[in-house]
Amino acid sequence: MSRVGSPLSPQRRRFLQDSARAAGGCVAAGSVLAWLARDARALPAEALRPPGALPEKDFLSACIRCGLCVRECPYDTLKLAELGVDAVATGTPYFTARDVPCEMCDDIPCVAACPTGALDPGLDNIDDAKMGVAVLVDQENCLNFLGLRCDVCYRVCPVIDEAITLEVEHNARSGHHAIFIPTVHSDHCTGCGVCEKSCVLPEAAIKVLPARLARGSSAAHYRNGWEEKEAKGAPVVEGIIDLPDRLPGPGTDNLVAPGGFEPSFKLPEVTQ
Amino acid sequence: MTARTYMPLGQEAIAAKGWLGAHKYLLLRRTSQLFFLVLFLLGPWFGIWIVQGTLAGSLTLGVLPLTDPFIFLQSLIAGHWPALTAAIGAIIVLVAYALIGGRVYCSWVCPINPVTDGAHWLHRKLRLQKGWQPKRGARLWIMATVLIVSGLTGTIAWELVNPITMLHRGLIFGMGFVWAMVAAIFLFDLFVSRHGWCGHICPVGAFYGLVGSKAMLRVSATNRTACDDCMDCYAVCPENHVISPALKGKDTPLILSPDCTNCGRCIDICAEDVFKFTHRFDALTVAPPESTAAPQPRASRPF
Repeated sequence: MSRVGSPLSPQRRRFLQDSARAAGGCVAAGSVLAWLARDARALPAEALRPPGALPEKDFLSACIRCGLCVRECPYDTLKLAELGVDAVATGTPYFTARDVPCEMCDDIPCVAACPTGALDPGLDNIDDAKMGVAVLVDQENCLNFLGLRCDVCYRVCPVIDEAITLEVEHNARSGHHAIFIPTVHSDHCTGCGVCEKSCVLPEAAIKVLPARLARGSSAAHYRNGWEEKEAKGAPVVEGIIDLPDRLPGPGTDNLVAPGGFEPSFKLPEVTQ
Repeated sequence: MTARTYMPLGQEAIAAKGWLGAHKYLLLRRTSQLFFLVLFLLGPWFGIWIVQGTLAGSLTLGVLPLTDPFIFLQSLIAGHWPALTAAIGAIIVLVAYALIGGRVYCSWVCPINPVTDGAHWLHRKLRLQKGWQPKRGARLWIMATVLIVSGLTGTIAWELVNPITMLHRGLIFGMGFVWAMVAAIFLFDLFVSRHGWCGHICPVGAFYGLVGSKAMLRVSATNRTACDDCMDCYAVCPENHVISPALKGKDTPLILSPDCTNCGRCIDICAEDVFKFTHRFDALTVAPPESTAAPQPRASRPF
Protein backbone atom coordinates (compact mmCIF):
# COMPACT_ATOMS: atom_id res chain seq x y z
CA MET A 1 0.00 0.00 0.00
CA SER A 2 1.58 3.25 -1.09
CA ARG A 3 1.10 6.41 0.84
CA VAL A 4 1.21 9.85 -0.64
CA GLY A 5 2.22 12.86 1.39
CA SER A 6 3.34 12.93 5.03
CA PRO A 7 3.36 9.66 6.96
CA LEU A 8 0.40 9.26 9.31
CA SER A 9 1.19 9.88 12.94
CA PRO A 10 0.97 7.02 15.45
CA GLN A 11 -1.09 9.26 17.74
CA ARG A 12 -3.64 9.68 15.02
CA ARG A 13 -3.68 5.95 14.45
CA ARG A 14 -4.12 5.27 18.15
CA PHE A 15 -6.88 7.86 18.42
CA LEU A 16 -8.77 6.30 15.53
CA GLN A 17 -8.31 2.81 16.94
CA ASP A 18 -9.46 3.84 20.41
CA SER A 19 -12.46 5.68 19.03
CA ALA A 20 -13.45 2.75 16.86
CA ARG A 21 -13.08 0.44 19.82
CA ALA A 22 -15.21 2.61 22.08
CA ALA A 23 -17.82 3.14 19.38
CA GLY A 24 -17.96 -0.61 18.70
CA GLY A 25 -18.41 -1.37 22.38
CA CYS A 26 -21.10 1.27 22.70
CA VAL A 27 -23.02 -0.05 19.69
CA ALA A 28 -22.95 -3.55 21.19
CA ALA A 29 -23.97 -2.37 24.67
CA GLY A 30 -26.53 0.04 23.24
CA SER A 31 -28.12 -2.70 21.17
CA VAL A 32 -28.57 -4.89 24.23
CA LEU A 33 -30.05 -1.95 26.10
CA ALA A 34 -32.39 -1.13 23.21
CA TRP A 35 -33.48 -4.75 23.06
CA LEU A 36 -34.23 -4.66 26.80
CA ALA A 37 -36.14 -1.41 26.31
CA ARG A 38 -38.25 -3.03 23.62
CA ASP A 39 -38.89 -6.03 25.81
CA ALA A 40 -39.96 -3.80 28.67
CA ARG A 41 -42.94 -2.56 26.67
CA ALA A 42 -44.57 -6.00 26.67
CA LEU A 43 -46.98 -5.44 29.53
CA PRO A 44 -48.76 -8.67 30.53
CA ALA A 45 -52.53 -8.56 30.02
CA GLU A 46 -53.33 -9.08 33.71
CA ALA A 47 -51.03 -6.23 34.82
CA LEU A 48 -52.99 -2.99 35.01
CA ARG A 49 -51.43 0.45 35.28
CA PRO A 50 -52.66 2.93 37.93
CA PRO A 51 -55.45 5.36 37.03
CA GLY A 52 -54.42 8.13 34.65
CA ALA A 53 -51.37 6.22 33.40
CA LEU A 54 -50.18 7.42 30.01
CA PRO A 55 -50.29 4.93 27.13
CA GLU A 56 -47.64 2.28 27.79
CA LYS A 57 -45.05 3.67 25.39
CA ASP A 58 -45.31 7.18 26.85
CA PHE A 59 -45.51 5.77 30.36
CA LEU A 60 -42.07 4.18 30.04
CA SER A 61 -40.58 7.51 29.02
CA ALA A 62 -42.21 9.27 31.95
CA CYS A 63 -42.21 6.93 34.96
CA ILE A 64 -39.03 7.28 37.03
CA ARG A 65 -39.99 4.28 39.19
CA CYS A 66 -39.91 6.20 42.46
CA GLY A 67 -42.85 4.35 44.02
CA LEU A 68 -44.59 7.45 45.41
CA CYS A 69 -47.92 6.32 43.88
CA VAL A 70 -47.51 2.98 45.65
CA ARG A 71 -46.95 4.76 48.96
CA GLU A 72 -50.06 6.91 48.56
CA CYS A 73 -52.35 4.01 47.64
CA PRO A 74 -54.48 3.47 50.77
CA TYR A 75 -55.56 -0.04 49.79
CA ASP A 76 -52.09 -1.41 48.89
CA THR A 77 -53.42 -2.04 45.43
CA LEU A 78 -50.37 -0.78 43.61
CA LYS A 79 -47.00 -2.44 43.74
CA LEU A 80 -43.69 -1.98 41.98
CA ALA A 81 -42.61 -4.71 39.59
CA GLU A 82 -39.72 -6.72 40.97
CA LEU A 83 -36.82 -7.73 38.79
CA GLY A 84 -37.23 -11.23 37.39
CA VAL A 85 -40.42 -11.88 39.39
CA ASP A 86 -43.11 -9.82 37.69
CA ALA A 87 -43.07 -9.68 33.91
CA VAL A 88 -43.66 -5.91 34.05
CA ALA A 89 -40.93 -3.34 33.28
CA THR A 90 -38.88 -3.48 36.46
CA GLY A 91 -39.74 -0.95 39.13
CA THR A 92 -42.87 0.38 37.45
CA PRO A 93 -46.21 0.45 39.31
CA TYR A 94 -49.03 -1.92 38.43
CA PHE A 95 -51.82 -3.91 40.02
CA THR A 96 -53.46 -7.25 39.49
CA ALA A 97 -57.23 -6.92 39.74
CA ARG A 98 -57.82 -10.45 41.01
CA ASP A 99 -55.39 -9.81 43.92
CA VAL A 100 -56.31 -6.27 44.97
CA PRO A 101 -58.47 -4.16 42.68
CA CYS A 102 -58.44 -0.37 42.47
CA GLU A 103 -60.94 1.08 44.94
CA MET A 104 -61.34 4.26 42.88
CA CYS A 105 -60.61 6.87 45.58
CA ASP A 106 -62.34 10.17 44.90
CA ASP A 107 -59.17 12.20 45.50
CA ILE A 108 -57.02 9.85 43.35
CA PRO A 109 -53.98 10.04 45.67
CA CYS A 110 -51.73 8.03 43.33
CA VAL A 111 -52.12 10.56 40.55
CA ALA A 112 -51.57 13.44 42.99
CA ALA A 113 -48.35 11.80 44.19
CA CYS A 114 -46.81 11.29 40.76
CA PRO A 115 -43.99 13.82 40.36
CA THR A 116 -43.47 13.39 36.62
CA GLY A 117 -46.95 13.27 35.11
CA ALA A 118 -46.59 9.60 34.14
CA LEU A 119 -50.00 9.44 35.85
CA ASP A 120 -51.80 12.23 34.07
CA PRO A 121 -52.68 15.03 36.53
CA GLY A 122 -55.49 15.98 34.13
CA LEU A 123 -57.50 13.07 35.52
CA ASP A 124 -59.67 14.82 38.12
CA ASN A 125 -62.64 12.46 38.17
CA ILE A 126 -61.88 8.84 38.93
CA ASP A 127 -64.96 7.80 36.93
CA ASP A 128 -63.07 8.95 33.82
CA ALA A 129 -60.18 6.55 34.51
CA LYS A 130 -59.44 3.97 31.86
CA MET A 131 -57.25 1.33 33.47
CA GLY A 132 -58.72 -1.35 31.26
CA VAL A 133 -62.11 -2.75 30.28
CA ALA A 134 -63.94 -5.57 32.03
CA VAL A 135 -64.89 -8.41 29.71
CA LEU A 136 -67.11 -11.35 30.55
CA VAL A 137 -64.64 -13.77 29.08
CA ASP A 138 -66.21 -17.09 30.02
CA GLN A 139 -69.90 -17.38 29.11
CA GLU A 140 -69.77 -21.13 29.66
CA ASN A 141 -68.99 -20.90 33.36
CA CYS A 142 -70.52 -17.55 34.33
CA LEU A 143 -73.32 -18.43 36.76
CA ASN A 144 -75.65 -15.79 35.36
CA PHE A 145 -75.22 -17.24 31.88
CA LEU A 146 -76.22 -20.60 33.33
CA GLY A 147 -79.45 -19.01 34.47
CA LEU A 148 -78.60 -18.35 38.11
CA ARG A 149 -78.92 -14.98 39.82
CA CYS A 150 -75.31 -14.63 40.98
CA ASP A 151 -75.16 -10.96 39.91
CA VAL A 152 -72.07 -10.37 42.08
CA CYS A 153 -70.03 -8.54 39.43
CA TYR A 154 -73.00 -6.29 38.76
CA ARG A 155 -73.68 -5.54 42.43
CA VAL A 156 -70.07 -4.74 43.38
CA CYS A 157 -69.44 -2.50 40.39
CA PRO A 158 -68.68 1.05 41.65
CA VAL A 159 -70.39 2.37 38.53
CA ILE A 160 -73.35 -0.02 38.83
CA ASP A 161 -76.07 0.24 36.15
CA GLU A 162 -73.75 2.24 33.94
CA ALA A 163 -70.55 0.20 33.57
CA ILE A 164 -72.33 -3.12 34.11
CA THR A 165 -76.01 -3.69 33.45
CA LEU A 166 -78.05 -6.88 33.57
CA GLU A 167 -79.67 -7.53 30.21
CA VAL A 168 -82.67 -9.85 30.34
CA GLU A 169 -82.79 -12.64 27.80
CA HIS A 170 -85.01 -15.67 27.35
CA ASN A 171 -83.63 -18.85 28.86
CA ALA A 172 -83.97 -21.25 25.95
CA ARG A 173 -82.77 -24.19 28.04
CA SER A 174 -85.63 -24.12 30.56
CA GLY A 175 -87.97 -22.45 28.12
CA HIS A 176 -89.69 -20.31 30.74
CA HIS A 177 -86.99 -18.54 32.75
CA ALA A 178 -84.92 -15.44 32.16
CA ILE A 179 -81.14 -15.07 31.91
CA PHE A 180 -79.69 -11.89 33.37
CA ILE A 181 -76.60 -11.25 31.31
CA PRO A 182 -73.95 -9.03 32.96
CA THR A 183 -73.10 -6.60 30.20
CA VAL A 184 -70.13 -4.21 30.34
CA HIS A 185 -70.41 -0.79 28.76
CA SER A 186 -66.90 0.30 27.89
CA ASP A 187 -67.55 4.05 27.95
CA HIS A 188 -68.41 3.82 31.67
CA CYS A 189 -66.10 0.98 32.76
CA THR A 190 -62.95 2.31 34.47
CA GLY A 191 -61.20 -1.05 34.60
CA CYS A 192 -60.96 -0.94 38.39
CA GLY A 193 -61.27 -4.71 38.56
CA VAL A 194 -63.66 -4.98 41.51
CA CYS A 195 -65.86 -7.28 39.38
CA GLU A 196 -62.94 -9.56 38.59
CA LYS A 197 -61.87 -9.62 42.22
CA SER A 198 -65.41 -10.49 43.36
CA CYS A 199 -66.29 -13.16 40.82
CA VAL A 200 -67.23 -16.19 42.90
CA LEU A 201 -65.74 -18.75 40.53
CA PRO A 202 -62.31 -20.25 41.26
CA GLU A 203 -61.08 -18.49 38.12
CA ALA A 204 -62.93 -15.28 37.37
CA ALA A 205 -65.35 -15.39 34.43
CA ILE A 206 -65.15 -11.60 34.13
CA LYS A 207 -61.71 -10.11 33.70
CA VAL A 208 -60.29 -6.66 33.21
CA LEU A 209 -58.20 -6.56 30.08
CA PRO A 210 -56.21 -3.71 28.58
CA ALA A 211 -58.31 -1.89 26.01
CA ARG A 212 -56.04 -3.09 23.21
CA LEU A 213 -57.19 -6.65 23.94
CA ALA A 214 -60.70 -5.99 25.16
CA ARG A 215 -61.96 -3.85 22.33
CA GLY A 216 -62.39 -3.91 18.62
CA SER A 217 -62.85 -0.72 16.72
CA SER A 218 -65.33 0.44 14.13
CA ALA A 219 -63.99 1.47 10.74
CA ALA A 220 -63.97 5.23 10.29
CA HIS A 221 -66.30 5.18 7.30
CA TYR A 222 -68.94 2.90 8.84
CA ARG A 223 -72.40 4.43 9.37
CA ASN A 224 -75.33 2.94 11.22
CA GLY A 225 -78.21 2.99 8.73
CA TRP A 226 -80.89 3.45 11.35
CA GLU A 227 -79.12 6.45 12.84
CA GLU A 228 -78.63 8.00 9.43
CA LYS A 229 -82.29 7.38 8.63
CA GLU A 230 -83.38 9.03 11.85
CA ALA A 231 -81.07 11.99 11.27
CA LYS A 232 -82.43 12.43 7.76
CA GLY A 233 -86.02 11.78 8.75
CA ALA A 234 -86.48 9.67 5.63
CA PRO A 235 -85.01 6.53 4.07
CA VAL A 236 -81.37 7.11 3.15
CA VAL A 237 -81.93 5.63 -0.31
CA GLU A 238 -85.08 6.92 -2.04
CA GLY A 239 -87.65 4.55 -3.55
CA ILE A 240 -86.29 1.37 -2.03
CA ILE A 241 -88.76 -1.50 -1.72
CA ASP A 242 -88.98 -3.01 1.76
CA LEU A 243 -89.30 -6.75 1.16
CA PRO A 244 -90.89 -8.91 3.89
CA ASP A 245 -88.49 -10.70 6.13
CA ARG A 246 -88.56 -14.45 5.76
CA LEU A 247 -88.14 -15.94 9.20
CA PRO A 248 -88.32 -19.61 10.11
CA GLY A 249 -90.91 -21.03 12.46
CA PRO A 250 -94.61 -20.61 12.97
CA GLY A 251 -96.33 -17.26 12.96
CA THR A 252 -94.28 -15.88 10.07
CA ASP A 253 -95.02 -15.12 6.49
CA ASN A 254 -92.83 -18.00 5.36
CA LEU A 255 -95.32 -20.30 3.59
CA VAL A 256 -92.83 -23.20 3.63
CA ALA A 257 -92.51 -23.23 7.40
CA PRO A 258 -95.21 -25.03 9.41
CA GLY A 259 -97.81 -22.51 10.49
CA GLY A 260 -96.68 -20.02 7.85
CA PHE A 261 -99.35 -17.73 6.52
CA GLU A 262 -100.09 -15.64 3.46
CA PRO A 263 -98.57 -12.18 3.80
CA SER A 264 -101.07 -9.37 4.20
CA PHE A 265 -99.72 -7.58 1.14
CA LYS A 266 -99.05 -8.56 -2.44
CA LEU A 267 -95.55 -8.78 -3.75
CA PRO A 268 -94.99 -6.82 -6.95
CA GLU A 269 -95.72 -8.90 -10.06
CA VAL A 270 -92.62 -9.93 -11.94
CA THR A 271 -93.24 -9.30 -15.63
CA GLN A 272 -91.35 -11.15 -18.25
CA MET B 1 3.62 -6.42 44.68
CA THR B 2 6.35 -8.69 45.92
CA ALA B 3 6.46 -9.74 49.52
CA ARG B 4 9.52 -7.59 50.05
CA THR B 5 7.82 -4.34 49.23
CA TYR B 6 4.37 -5.25 50.46
CA MET B 7 3.48 -3.61 53.72
CA PRO B 8 0.10 -3.74 55.38
CA LEU B 9 -2.02 -0.85 54.22
CA GLY B 10 -2.56 2.03 56.59
CA GLN B 11 -0.41 0.64 59.37
CA GLU B 12 1.51 3.90 59.70
CA ALA B 13 -1.63 5.94 59.77
CA ILE B 14 -3.05 3.74 62.50
CA ALA B 15 0.19 4.07 64.44
CA ALA B 16 0.16 7.83 64.07
CA LYS B 17 -3.53 8.62 64.50
CA GLY B 18 -5.04 5.54 66.07
CA TRP B 19 -7.50 3.18 64.37
CA LEU B 20 -10.41 5.59 64.66
CA GLY B 21 -8.37 8.49 63.32
CA ALA B 22 -7.22 6.41 60.38
CA HIS B 23 -10.79 5.41 59.54
CA LYS B 24 -12.61 8.63 60.35
CA TYR B 25 -13.99 9.42 56.90
CA LEU B 26 -14.57 5.77 56.12
CA LEU B 27 -16.75 5.48 59.21
CA LEU B 28 -18.48 8.77 58.46
CA ARG B 29 -19.14 7.62 54.93
CA ARG B 30 -20.61 4.29 56.02
CA THR B 31 -22.73 6.19 58.54
CA SER B 32 -23.91 8.51 55.79
CA GLN B 33 -24.74 5.61 53.46
CA LEU B 34 -26.63 3.89 56.27
CA PHE B 35 -28.34 7.14 57.23
CA PHE B 36 -29.75 7.69 53.75
CA LEU B 37 -30.86 4.08 53.51
CA VAL B 38 -32.48 4.08 56.95
CA LEU B 39 -34.18 7.38 56.16
CA PHE B 40 -35.95 5.66 53.27
CA LEU B 41 -36.60 2.48 55.27
CA LEU B 42 -38.10 4.14 58.38
CA GLY B 43 -41.42 4.47 56.58
CA PRO B 44 -41.93 0.97 55.21
CA TRP B 45 -40.38 -0.72 58.26
CA PHE B 46 -41.54 1.37 61.20
CA GLY B 47 -44.25 3.60 59.74
CA ILE B 48 -42.21 6.76 60.32
CA TRP B 49 -42.73 8.59 57.05
CA ILE B 50 -39.95 11.15 56.84
CA VAL B 51 -39.01 10.25 53.30
CA GLN B 52 -41.17 8.51 50.73
CA GLY B 53 -40.01 7.04 47.46
CA THR B 54 -36.56 5.98 46.33
CA LEU B 55 -33.34 7.55 45.12
CA ALA B 56 -34.96 7.92 41.70
CA GLY B 57 -37.52 10.32 43.14
CA SER B 58 -38.61 11.08 46.66
CA LEU B 59 -40.69 13.34 48.82
CA THR B 60 -39.31 14.46 52.17
CA LEU B 61 -41.69 15.51 54.94
CA GLY B 62 -44.38 15.91 52.33
CA VAL B 63 -42.85 19.09 50.93
CA LEU B 64 -39.33 18.59 49.52
CA PRO B 65 -39.30 16.79 46.18
CA LEU B 66 -36.03 15.29 44.97
CA THR B 67 -35.46 13.71 41.57
CA ASP B 68 -32.42 11.95 40.18
CA PRO B 69 -31.23 14.39 37.50
CA PHE B 70 -29.76 11.65 35.29
CA ILE B 71 -33.12 9.85 35.20
CA PHE B 72 -34.80 13.19 34.61
CA LEU B 73 -32.48 13.86 31.67
CA GLN B 74 -33.19 10.46 30.12
CA SER B 75 -36.91 11.08 30.50
CA LEU B 76 -36.54 14.42 28.70
CA ILE B 77 -34.58 12.82 25.88
CA ALA B 78 -37.11 10.00 25.68
CA GLY B 79 -39.67 12.64 24.80
CA HIS B 80 -41.59 13.20 28.03
CA TRP B 81 -41.88 16.70 29.38
CA PRO B 82 -42.02 16.00 33.13
CA ALA B 83 -44.36 17.76 35.52
CA LEU B 84 -43.06 20.68 37.57
CA THR B 85 -42.53 18.64 40.76
CA ALA B 86 -39.98 16.39 39.11
CA ALA B 87 -38.22 19.35 37.49
CA ILE B 88 -37.92 21.19 40.81
CA GLY B 89 -36.61 18.04 42.45
CA ALA B 90 -33.99 17.53 39.76
CA ILE B 91 -32.80 21.15 39.98
CA ILE B 92 -32.43 20.97 43.77
CA VAL B 93 -30.32 17.80 43.45
CA LEU B 94 -28.27 19.27 40.59
CA VAL B 95 -27.45 22.45 42.51
CA ALA B 96 -26.54 20.54 45.67
CA TYR B 97 -24.15 18.19 43.90
CA ALA B 98 -22.72 20.94 41.72
CA LEU B 99 -21.66 22.60 44.98
CA ILE B 100 -20.41 19.70 47.08
CA GLY B 101 -19.07 17.55 44.23
CA GLY B 102 -21.18 15.35 42.00
CA ARG B 103 -19.48 12.16 42.95
CA VAL B 104 -20.18 12.75 46.62
CA TYR B 105 -23.31 10.87 45.57
CA CYS B 106 -21.12 7.91 44.64
CA SER B 107 -19.17 7.69 47.87
CA TRP B 108 -21.57 9.04 50.49
CA VAL B 109 -25.05 8.02 49.27
CA CYS B 110 -25.01 5.30 46.60
CA PRO B 111 -25.97 1.87 48.02
CA ILE B 112 -23.75 0.08 45.49
CA ASN B 113 -20.66 1.78 46.93
CA PRO B 114 -20.33 -0.56 49.95
CA VAL B 115 -20.60 -3.49 47.53
CA THR B 116 -17.78 -2.33 45.26
CA ASP B 117 -15.74 -1.11 48.24
CA GLY B 118 -16.13 -4.59 49.69
CA ALA B 119 -15.01 -6.12 46.42
CA HIS B 120 -11.99 -3.83 46.40
CA TRP B 121 -11.13 -4.69 49.99
CA LEU B 122 -11.20 -8.41 49.20
CA HIS B 123 -9.34 -7.79 45.94
CA ARG B 124 -6.54 -6.24 47.94
CA LYS B 125 -6.56 -8.97 50.59
CA LEU B 126 -6.31 -11.64 47.91
CA ARG B 127 -3.66 -9.59 46.07
CA LEU B 128 -5.36 -10.13 42.73
CA GLN B 129 -4.35 -8.62 39.42
CA LYS B 130 -6.15 -5.44 38.54
CA GLY B 131 -7.54 -7.15 35.45
CA TRP B 132 -9.40 -5.49 32.62
CA GLN B 133 -9.10 -1.72 32.85
CA PRO B 134 -11.20 0.11 30.26
CA LYS B 135 -10.12 3.62 29.41
CA ARG B 136 -11.18 6.42 31.75
CA GLY B 137 -13.43 7.80 29.07
CA ALA B 138 -15.40 4.56 28.72
CA ARG B 139 -18.08 5.58 31.19
CA LEU B 140 -18.66 8.81 29.29
CA TRP B 141 -19.14 6.79 26.11
CA ILE B 142 -21.57 4.55 28.00
CA MET B 143 -23.40 7.59 29.32
CA ALA B 144 -23.75 8.95 25.78
CA THR B 145 -24.97 5.53 24.61
CA VAL B 146 -27.59 5.44 27.35
CA LEU B 147 -28.87 8.86 26.37
CA ILE B 148 -29.00 7.90 22.69
CA VAL B 149 -30.83 4.64 23.44
CA SER B 150 -33.27 6.61 25.64
CA GLY B 151 -34.00 8.87 22.71
CA LEU B 152 -34.30 6.09 20.15
CA THR B 153 -36.51 3.79 22.22
CA GLY B 154 -38.48 6.44 24.09
CA THR B 155 -37.71 4.82 27.44
CA ILE B 156 -35.64 5.74 30.47
CA ALA B 157 -33.09 3.23 29.25
CA TRP B 158 -30.61 3.00 32.12
CA GLU B 159 -33.39 2.27 34.61
CA LEU B 160 -33.79 -1.10 32.94
CA VAL B 161 -30.40 -2.14 34.30
CA ASN B 162 -29.36 0.51 36.86
CA PRO B 163 -28.18 -1.49 39.89
CA ILE B 164 -28.23 1.61 42.13
CA THR B 165 -31.94 2.31 41.96
CA MET B 166 -32.70 -1.40 41.67
CA LEU B 167 -30.91 -2.22 44.91
CA HIS B 168 -32.37 0.80 46.67
CA ARG B 169 -35.87 0.01 45.42
CA GLY B 170 -35.29 -3.65 46.19
CA LEU B 171 -34.55 -2.90 49.83
CA ILE B 172 -37.56 -0.60 50.17
CA PHE B 173 -40.19 -2.27 47.97
CA GLY B 174 -39.11 -5.86 47.35
CA MET B 175 -35.95 -7.48 46.11
CA GLY B 176 -36.84 -9.90 43.31
CA PHE B 177 -33.62 -11.02 41.67
CA VAL B 178 -31.76 -7.77 42.31
CA TRP B 179 -29.44 -9.63 44.67
CA ALA B 180 -28.12 -11.56 41.67
CA MET B 181 -27.29 -8.30 39.96
CA VAL B 182 -25.49 -7.03 43.06
CA ALA B 183 -23.56 -10.29 43.32
CA ALA B 184 -22.60 -9.99 39.67
CA ILE B 185 -21.19 -6.51 40.24
CA PHE B 186 -19.27 -7.71 43.29
CA LEU B 187 -17.73 -10.58 41.32
CA PHE B 188 -17.03 -8.32 38.33
CA ASP B 189 -15.14 -5.88 40.54
CA LEU B 190 -13.36 -8.67 42.39
CA PHE B 191 -12.20 -10.92 39.57
CA VAL B 192 -12.68 -9.16 36.24
CA SER B 193 -11.85 -5.53 36.76
CA ARG B 194 -10.57 -3.72 39.83
CA HIS B 195 -12.77 -0.66 40.49
CA GLY B 196 -14.50 -1.83 37.33
CA TRP B 197 -18.10 -0.85 37.92
CA CYS B 198 -17.84 2.48 39.74
CA GLY B 199 -14.56 3.51 38.15
CA HIS B 200 -15.07 2.54 34.54
CA ILE B 201 -18.63 1.52 33.66
CA CYS B 202 -21.31 3.30 35.69
CA PRO B 203 -22.81 6.17 33.62
CA VAL B 204 -24.54 7.56 36.71
CA GLY B 205 -21.12 8.23 38.24
CA ALA B 206 -19.96 9.71 34.94
CA PHE B 207 -22.97 12.03 34.94
CA TYR B 208 -22.46 13.13 38.54
CA GLY B 209 -18.77 13.66 37.76
CA LEU B 210 -19.74 16.14 35.07
CA VAL B 211 -22.26 17.80 37.39
CA GLY B 212 -19.59 18.34 40.04
CA SER B 213 -16.72 19.29 37.74
CA LYS B 214 -16.62 22.80 39.22
CA ALA B 215 -17.61 21.81 42.73
CA MET B 216 -16.64 23.88 45.77
CA LEU B 217 -15.76 21.04 48.13
CA ARG B 218 -12.42 19.53 47.16
CA VAL B 219 -9.64 17.46 48.67
CA SER B 220 -6.30 19.18 48.63
CA ALA B 221 -2.77 17.81 49.09
CA THR B 222 -2.02 20.98 51.02
CA ASN B 223 0.78 19.41 53.00
CA ARG B 224 2.30 17.60 50.03
CA THR B 225 5.85 18.46 51.01
CA ALA B 226 5.45 16.02 53.91
CA CYS B 227 4.67 13.12 51.58
CA ASP B 228 7.00 10.19 52.16
CA ASP B 229 5.92 8.22 49.10
CA CYS B 230 4.34 5.37 51.05
CA MET B 231 1.74 5.02 48.23
CA ASP B 232 -1.04 4.13 50.67
CA CYS B 233 -3.29 6.83 49.23
CA TYR B 234 -2.87 5.35 45.75
CA ALA B 235 -3.77 1.93 47.12
CA VAL B 236 -7.04 3.01 48.76
CA CYS B 237 -8.20 5.65 46.28
CA PRO B 238 -10.97 4.33 44.02
CA GLU B 239 -9.91 6.77 41.29
CA ASN B 240 -6.21 6.96 42.01
CA HIS B 241 -5.27 8.77 38.80
CA VAL B 242 -6.68 11.92 40.41
CA ILE B 243 -3.97 12.03 43.08
CA SER B 244 -0.76 12.53 41.10
CA PRO B 245 -1.46 15.97 39.61
CA ALA B 246 -2.18 17.35 43.07
CA LEU B 247 0.35 15.44 45.11
CA LYS B 248 3.27 15.35 42.70
CA GLY B 249 2.46 18.29 40.41
CA LYS B 250 4.01 21.74 40.58
CA ASP B 251 0.69 23.58 40.34
CA THR B 252 -2.25 23.63 42.67
CA PRO B 253 -2.41 20.98 45.38
CA LEU B 254 -6.18 20.76 44.86
CA ILE B 255 -7.56 17.54 43.45
CA LEU B 256 -9.62 19.11 40.68
CA SER B 257 -10.46 16.01 38.64
CA PRO B 258 -14.24 15.49 38.47
CA ASP B 259 -13.54 11.78 38.95
CA CYS B 260 -12.63 12.37 42.62
CA THR B 261 -15.52 11.12 44.75
CA ASN B 262 -14.60 13.19 47.84
CA CYS B 263 -14.56 9.97 49.84
CA GLY B 264 -11.74 11.16 52.06
CA ARG B 265 -9.94 7.82 52.25
CA CYS B 266 -6.67 9.51 51.28
CA ILE B 267 -7.04 11.82 54.27
CA ASP B 268 -7.61 8.85 56.57
CA ILE B 269 -4.81 6.70 55.28
CA CYS B 270 -2.06 9.32 55.29
CA ALA B 271 0.14 9.20 58.37
CA GLU B 272 1.66 12.55 57.43
CA ASP B 273 -1.72 14.33 57.10
CA VAL B 274 -0.92 15.49 53.59
CA PHE B 275 -4.55 15.76 52.51
CA LYS B 276 -7.50 17.70 53.85
CA PHE B 277 -10.96 18.80 52.76
CA THR B 278 -11.11 22.39 51.62
CA HIS B 279 -12.75 24.61 49.01
CA ARG B 280 -11.65 24.94 45.40
CA PHE B 281 -10.23 28.45 45.82
CA ASP B 282 -7.87 27.37 48.59
CA ALA B 283 -4.71 26.83 46.54
CA LEU B 284 -2.35 27.16 49.49
CA THR B 285 0.41 24.65 50.04
CA VAL B 286 2.32 24.35 53.24
CA ALA B 287 5.83 25.45 52.38
CA PRO B 288 8.54 23.10 53.65
CA PRO B 289 10.47 24.57 56.56
CA GLU B 290 13.82 25.75 55.22
CA SER B 291 15.93 23.88 57.71
CA THR B 292 14.25 20.49 57.52
CA ALA B 293 15.51 17.88 55.15
CA ALA B 294 13.10 16.14 52.83
CA PRO B 295 11.36 13.26 54.57
CA GLN B 296 13.03 9.93 54.26
CA PRO B 297 11.45 7.40 51.96
CA ARG B 298 9.39 4.88 53.83
CA ALA B 299 11.29 1.74 52.86
CA SER B 300 14.44 2.86 54.66
CA ARG B 301 12.66 3.46 57.91
CA PRO B 302 12.47 0.76 60.54
CA PHE B 303 9.01 -0.55 61.14
